[in-house]
Amino acid sequence: MSRLLPFFGFLLLVVLFGFGIWWNTQHDQREVPSPLINKPAPAFVLPKLDDPAQTVSRDALLGKPYLINVFASWCIACGEEHPVLMTQGKSIGVPVIGYNYKDASEDAKEWLSKHGNPYDMVIVDREGRTAIDFGVYGAPESFLVDGKGVIRYKRIGPLTPEVIEKELKPAIAALSKEAP
Amino acid sequence: MIRAPSPVGAHPVRDHQAKRYARGRAQGALLQMLCLLLFTGLAFAQAIDPLPFKDHAQEVRFQSLTRELRCLVCQNENLADSNADLARDLRHEVFDLMQQGKSDEQIKQYLVDRYSDFVLYDPPVKASTMLLWFGPFLILLAGAAVVMVTVRRRGRAAVTVTNDKPTEEGDDW
Repeated sequence: MSRLLPFFGFLLLVVLFGFGIWWNTQHDQREVPSPLINKPAPAFVLPKLDDPAQTVSRDALLGKPYLINVFASWCIACGEEHPVLMTQGKSIGVPVIGYNYKDASEDAKEWLSKHGNPYDMVIVDREGRTAIDFGVYGAPESFLVDGKGVIRYKRIGPLTPEVIEKELKPAIAALSKEAP
Repeated sequence: MIRAPSPVGAHPVRDHQAKRYARGRAQGALLQMLCLLLFTGLAFAQAIDPLPFKDHAQEVRFQSLTRELRCLVCQNENLADSNADLARDLRHEVFDLMQQGKSDEQIKQYLVDRYSDFVLYDPPVKASTMLLWFGPFLILLAGAAVVMVTVRRRGRAAVTVTNDKPTEEGDDW
């Protein structure tokens, strides 16, 4: 029996190794879970892309849930995400606010006119200062904010049809259930 | 300071370049240059991204603080070393908070509130990190237990072997 012990030890290591590989295919190691989930979104005041004289603030958006989608014209993954937003953005049931992150506004405008504009509104964070408050560390990222201004869900990386179906839509459905 | 086991990877070795140079001859001028090089190495992040520090002490504090913070884009680098755009922004943020008179703890908390404990190279000891901090000792203990049991069993087997005739090879391993 004890002669088999090393073999069992080895087997255990193999299982552990296999589990590690499986786990890493399911999870993005680089993903940093946001501590802001279920906390109020940071107060922000940011100008609109199409009219920088007008600003949009968190408090002005209170009352209805919305999705903030962090994007930039320099961001390659945003290009992959973009067609998904174009086809499904209108059907998720909440307004989608584009958050133009560390981007030149001319580039962003050109990018949107070239590929289409899936957003109900686009706000600009040229320096990325407000993005730090949101804990943004790359693009694309998406935040679902409820009517009370609380962040309910965050997606790091592109929204894919699968993510929208399995994560975003249930999160939005949960919101409309609590709303009167 | 104890470096906590980082979940992602090793801490970059900074003085690697200096060491390579140091292997050569030690002539006066060269030595002097070496000393200079050593210090520019330390202040490297500084050189690519100059910030108007109030005094040297503040600069030293900034350097040691940003070295304890992880860059979120290239996660094996600290904020002081990273060339990533976000790392630069966060360095500026740390710098601004320092100018506002915030303590190191407050600055760390500011970043943790936004980016979670992940930004700290030293994860705090709390319920969710118990295994990370004390797991290695548990494994060590388990190993010690296995060794103890094996040694005892062998001792007993040896006694039986000397007492009796040599048996079939014992089932010790």
